[in-house]
This record gives sequence, structure tokens and C-alpha cells, in this order.
Amino acid sequence: MKNILISMLCLLSVISYAQPATGDVLIKNGTVLTITKEVLENTDVLIQQGKIKQIAKNIAAPKGVQVIDATGLFVMPGIIDAHSHIALDVVNEASSPVTAEVAVGDAIDPFDISIYRALAGGVTTSHAMHGSANAIGGECQTIKHRWGLREQQEYKMEGAPRTIKFALGENPMRVHGEGRKIQPATRMGVEQVIRQAFAEGKAYMEAKQKYAANKKTDATALPPKYNRRLEKMEAILKGDIIIHCHSYRADEIYMLLNVLKDYGVTKICFQHVNEGFKVAPELAAYGATASVFADWWAYKFEVYYSTPYNAAILMENGVITSINSDSGDYIRHLYHQAGKTQRYGGLSNDDALKLITINPAIQLGIENRVGSIEVGKDGDIAIFKGHPLSIYAVPQMTIVDGIIRFDINKDNDDMRIDVDPEALPVYMHHSQHTHDHDRCMQDVYEFFEMGGRQFYFHNHRH
Amino acid sequence: MQRQIIYFTLGLALFLGVLGTSYAQTAKPITGSFALTNATIVTVTNGIVENGTLLIQNGKIIAIGKAVAIPDGFTVLDCSNHFIYPGFIDGGTRLGLSEVGSISLTQDDDEIGEFTPHMQALTAVNPNSVAIPVTRVEGVTTVLTQPTGGMFPGTAALINLVGYTPDQMYAGFKGVIMNFPSSAKRGQFDRRSDEDLKKAEEKALKTANEIWEQLALYADITSKAKADERLDYNPEMDALLPVYKGEMTLLLEVNKDKDILSAIKWVKEKKIQKVAFTGVAEGWRVADSLAKAQIPVITGPVIAIPNRTSDRYDAAYANAGKMQKAGVKVALRTNDAENVRNLPFNAGFAIAYGMDKEAALKAVTIVPAELFGVNKDLGSLEVGKSATLFVSTGDPFETSSNVKYLFISGYQVPLDSRHIQLYNEFLRRVPGFQR
Repeated sequence: MKNILISMLCLLSVISYAQPATGDVLIKNGTVLTITKEVLENTDVLIQQGKIKQIAKNIAAPKGVQVIDATGLFVMPGIIDAHSHIALDVVNEASSPVTAEVAVGDAIDPFDISIYRALAGGVTTSHAMHGSANAIGGECQTIKHRWGLREQQEYKMEGAPRTIKFALGENPMRVHGEGRKIQPATRMGVEQVIRQAFAEGKAYMEAKQKYAANKKTDATALPPKYNRRLEKMEAILKGDIIIHCHSYRADEIYMLLNVLKDYGVTKICFQHVNEGFKVAPELAAYGATASVFADWWAYKFEVYYSTPYNAAILMENGVITSINSDSGDYIRHLYHQAGKTQRYGGLSNDDALKLITINPAIQLGIENRVGSIEVGKDGDIAIFKGHPLSIYAVPQMTIVDGIIRFDINKDNDDMRIDVDPEALPVYMHHSQHTHDHDRCMQDVYEFFEMGGRQFYFHNHRH
Repeated sequence: MQRQIIYFTLGLALFLGVLGTSYAQTAKPITGSFALTNATIVTVTNGIVENGTLLIQNGKIIAIGKAVAIPDGFTVLDCSNHFIYPGFIDGGTRLGLSEVGSISLTQDDDEIGEFTPHMQALTAVNPNSVAIPVTRVEGVTTVLTQPTGGMFPGTAALINLVGYTPDQMYAGFKGVIMNFPSSAKRGQFDRRSDEDLKKAEEKALKTANEIWEQLALYADITSKAKADERLDYNPEMDALLPVYKGEMTLLLEVNKDKDILSAIKWVKEKKIQKVAFTGVAEGWRVADSLAKAQIPVITGPVIAIPNRTSDRYDAAYANAGKMQKAGVKVALRTNDAENVRNLPFNAGFAIAYGMDKEAALKAVTIVPAELFGVNKDLGSLEVGKSATLFVSTGDPFETSSNVKYLFISGYQVPLDSRHIQLYNEFLRRVPGFQR
């Protein structure tokens, strides 16, 4: 009896994690950038129990609801980053060209200060991704920036679709071909590694289906041996997991489209996709989406023929496009990165803002929950002084599920939680020409010890 | 036979035609006499001239004003609703020294050795680097390009972003780089203990002091050497000697607060007359000491994460403004190679987080020009200065603005780069390709 009681208590605590705390706020008199509809001047947004309840002028504050005066300020949906590695203890399981079985959701770090810094840039949701060491990497995790909470589980965005990392080109070639002398060492090899995984996944799926069909009539029927890696491949084939594929060159992007066509897989977002602009019509025709950098290039050879006009060309050709950070630095100013598309391609305010709100939401399959200010959506809001696309914009307040998680007026000197007073290293990011904000290849060089300062001092490692 | 000759001739004509066309399509910098009219002229040093005209002749600015008559033969460029700014100067980059980040054989900034002040950045500048047009079309016309690596990695050079040879690009300033001994970690991968860091710092400081003692000796010997006496070839000391004599600027890279204080003491002790501190990421912690020491600063990137996890999220954004408000002379840099074009946005972020707008503009124009001793030619729009300037459709720090015309060293430079060419080629692909 006692044991049952304890188990029930445990179960209750698990359930309570699945429903994180929500709040009520009324944001008064702001310029509301709804994204999916028009810009509303002098308008109020009411959030109750973490959801947007009403968008109108002169909403009377219900009892007990905190009122935020946004007069003269811009109110936009919380910014979404479709590619980041913040809040992760570990990024790469670089031990095999295919590691579909692992999941970064098991390695969330709720104490990473990068989460707070991202909030201070208006970002409420990010896609914590596995790294790019493997052709098929691990499962990723869509998280909400509920800074202050201490449990891994509380950061996972409940109900967000599953996603997985694929990677083409130099990174898997360098790690496995150059580093371990196994396939893939070329872009030909990358294709075959992926085809092999899909073929095995398909055979596994068919064996399970055959067993399910025969088990009632055939007492000797056996299911295939349980295989976690192939379970994932099966889920991808069934469309239960969205692929987010690290990619740069046009040829490799086109290659993956052909492989996916052969296996009937349609849910695909290409990440980085620096040469996406060269095959934009093919991407659009397939229904593939693209999540790009604003202006990164030349950090390695496969990005030498890039252009910051990538986003503009993709949008013009009908590809749903987002701008991502892949960086603990850039995640803090995605609004500025989106602004660069106005210089490089003349995007309208609406289109530029879509790049960091509704479009990444679509790519993560969470567009019914976040990415615009609409009644019924999550109460995730960023409030800016100055238009968010202006260089002079300063985020003032960031709200997640109706709870204020960043407030510039309550920003203390040290916002860490659970601080080890001894652990206060000073990192000189400025002192050398490092770009170590990027973590896409984190843990790989520790793993292989193939580094040396060349890797640390010269490489962007996206 | 006759038919073959006809075909050959036709083929040749076609070939030459194609060749001719492709040459015609490649726009090149041109010289001439230009009148930029109806512009808002932001001179930086003498206020703003509304609805003014700026004349360019023989590579120089020859007139600025409201009532300037346009002489015969001048090409008129209407700049209605547009703004003229002096070309922006980046106080610290690797532009021209670095082509592809991950390919070490295309990186010419980091030589082997701790004491190599004789390594000349100018020697390794590739005038045809793809990143150069990419940078200049955004209004950054002049950059300091610098070696990196050891304690004395080499001699930096100021270059204008147009020219066929390094000498044609050279903008008239060189400075010796010193990476001042530091007690800070180099990044998250740096696993050294605090004790090891301290030991390394002390050892490096000892080395620096020894180098300076040797330098003093070298200066003494060379000054006393008779005309026919030849000393052993010592390129390292020869490169440092002008700094010792106060003829050349020492660009001293220092970032951590304690290191900055220690560097202030060190340059005073060594009586170094011409010095600028670079990086200075934690300058805001010791801004008053910097101001008191009257040492100018080249800081950046502004758009960066804080150096300590305990810092406010905006520590790097606010650093330049805090130093400026404390009275420090501040120039900005990107410390970048391929994305030096983001210099204006770094200035914009500095303003958003507290720097005076005018001070930020000066930090990318006249302040670095003065610091590098090239303010006779660069850094502001004044009669007699080099026509190194750009015309912007709006506030040049805003991402929504575009550069409309560009002049460097008196040449009108076409607004073209590989990035723009790719845009033009792929925005709408040639239709009709099937499969």
C-alpha cells in the first residue's frame, strides 16, 4: 500500500512537470506587431493562464492581472531560433556516422546563462540541436526559455513535434572520413550512409508490420529485434519526426531531396543551407524549408561561394525561410540579423520579421502555438524600445507563457542560478580572432583529440 | 575550304564578341571630376551641410557647401535625400590576410614564434581577396589589418580597400602589435588552473621586460655605432626600435581588467610614447584609470558576448559607451576578416547601449584617423582631404540603409562584389531547364 502511494506521488510529480507554470499579464497601449495580421497601434494584449486571451484597445485589467505599460514600445511575438546549441551539456555523439538513437533532450542544462542572455534578446523558444559531426545525428529538442526553473523537463516545449539532425558535407566528412578513416570521406559517401540508414529503417518497419499482420494467425511469428536507431528511422519514414539537415552546397542539398523523394519523406528543413539560393526553385517545389545565417561565409571552403542575399532569394522563390543563430552570441540579436535582409535584398518589415517568428515556428511544427500574436496562442511576447528591425532597438521585457522572464529594469549584475562562487573564469573572446560562439562541432575535437590550436583559433565550426 | 574559312572567321568573331562583352561587363574603378549634389553632407568635423554639394577632382575633395558652382566637365551625381559620409575606418581586422577560415594555407596572419614584430601584414595583403569588395560596398573603405599569434606577432598596416598592389592600398600607417601578458583564459576549452594562468602571466611579463631591456641596449648600441660598423642582422629589434624611439605606435592588445591596469603601469614604466590599447573588453571596469592615463583605445567587436558568465548580458554592447563617457578616446573595430562589413552595425549597437551617437560616428572615422596619424587625408569630409567617402540612402548604421555611391582614394568604385553577382545571377534563374 505504502509503495503504491509513493509511486502515485512520483507519477503526480511527473505530471506536474508536464504542465509548467503560467502567468497572467495585460500589456497596455503598445504597437502590436502581430506578424500574421496587421500592425495594431495603441493596442492591448491580455494573457491569462499563459495563453493570449484578447487583443483589443482599452482592455480593462481583470482582477489580479499584472499590467505592463507598453506606451511607445513595440510588442512582438517571442522570437524563435530554429538552430541553436544553448542549454545543452553535450552537443555531438560523434562516435558513428549514424547516431539516430541519441537525443539531446537527455542533456539539457537549465543553468546555462545563455538562456537568460537569449531572453534578453527577445528569444522565447529555441531548437536545441544535436551537432553536425554525423550524417544522421541525434534527436533535437525544442525548448522554451523558462529561465529560473531547475528541471530539464520544464524546459522542453510540451507537445512540440520531434525533430532530428542530419548533416552533409565537410563536417561528417572531416570527422569520420579524415578523422576515423571510415565512410563518409566524400559527398558520395554521405549519400550512401544516409541511403543505408533509410533502407535498414524501411526493412525494420516492414518486418514490424509483417509481424503485426501475422501474429494472430501465426503462433511462431517473431518481431524484429528491438533497435533504437531503427525505431527512429522508422519514425522519420512515417513522418513523425521532422528532419533538420545541416547543409551548405547546392549539390548536397539536391542530393538529399532525391534520397527523401525515394523514401517518400516530406518533412525537411535545411539548416544553414548557404547555397540554398542556387536551388531555390527545387526546394520550393519539394516543399522543403530553409533556415539560414544572415551573413556568415568564408569560414570554410563549402561556404566560400555564399551570399547574404540568400534569405531574400529563397523568399522570392517561395521557400519558407528563417534566420537562425547557431550561436550563444547571435541568438541575442536575431532581430538585428533579420534586419540585415533589408540591406541584402530589400525585404519588407513583415517579411523580415517572419524570418524570426512564424517561419521558424512552421519549421519546428509549432506554428499553432507560437510565432505570432493571435488569440489562443501561447503568451510568448518580446517588448522592444524602438522598432525591432532598427539597429537602435533594445529589448525591454520578454514573457514566456505569461510569465516575465526578462525585465531590463530588474536585470541584476549577476543573473546566474545555483552559482559556484569559485567558478568565475574570465574568457577573452576578444583577445584572439576566435569565433568560438559556435558550438555545432562542440565535443568533437575533445572526442578525437585531432585538434590543436588550429581548430580553436581559426575555425568557425558550424 | 572557303566555307571553312568563313566558319573560322565567324567563330573568331563570335569568340571575340563574347570576350568583348565580358570585358565590358566588368566595371572598374574610374577617376574623374565629380559633383555630388543635393546631399546631406555629414562632415564629422564641421557639422552637417544640408542640401549641399561636394566636388571631387584629382582624387581630392575640392569643395563642400550649399552654394557651390559646378564647374564644366564634372560628372553630376544627384544625391537627393541621401547622405554623404567619410569612408568608415575599422581599427582592427585580418582583412586581406585571411581567405577561407578552415584552410590554414589561406591564412597569413599567424606566423610561428612568440617574438616576430618584423612580420609585415602589408606583405601578405591579397589585393584580390574576395572579401575586399564585399567589405567596401558597405562603406568600410579603410582598415587596419594585423598579424596575430605570439607576444609580438608583427607589424599591422592601414590599407584602403582599392588597388592592385599592397603599396597602392597602403594608407600611411604601420604599428607594432603586442599581445600583453594575460591572466585570462582563452576560451572554454582552456582548462588551465588559476595557478597555471598566473604562472604563465608572470613568465610572459618577465619575457616582455627582458625584450625591452634588450631593446634599450640595442637602441644604445645602434645610436653609438659608427657609419662603417655593421651590427648583426636583427630584424626583430629593428622592427621594435621605432616604437622605442617614439616614432611608431605600439598597438597593445589587452582585455581583462587587471591586465589593463598592469599594462597602464607597464607602458608608463617603459616610457612608451606612442601607444593605443586594443580589444579592451573589460575597459568599462577600469574606465577612469584609462581616461586618467590618456591612452586611446581601439575596442571591439561591440556585438559580442560578455567575458564572464556573471556579467550583465549587455557588458560588451555597453563597453565602448562607458569608456567614452569616462573620457577615454575610443575607436571601434570588428576584429573580423570576412565580415568587417559589420563595422557600422557595431557602432549602432554601441549607440543603442549608451554611446553618444556623435562619438560612435567619430569612433569609425576621425578618431582612428587621428590615432593612425592619417587625419590629413582621412576620417572626415574636408576640402583637401582624400575623396574616400560614400553616399548612403539613410543612416549608415541602420540595416535598412544602402550605399549608393562609393569613392576610395579618389576613385569611384563600382558597387559590385561576388555576393551581389550571385544575387543577380540566382534571384530569378533562367527558366526552362528541365529535370
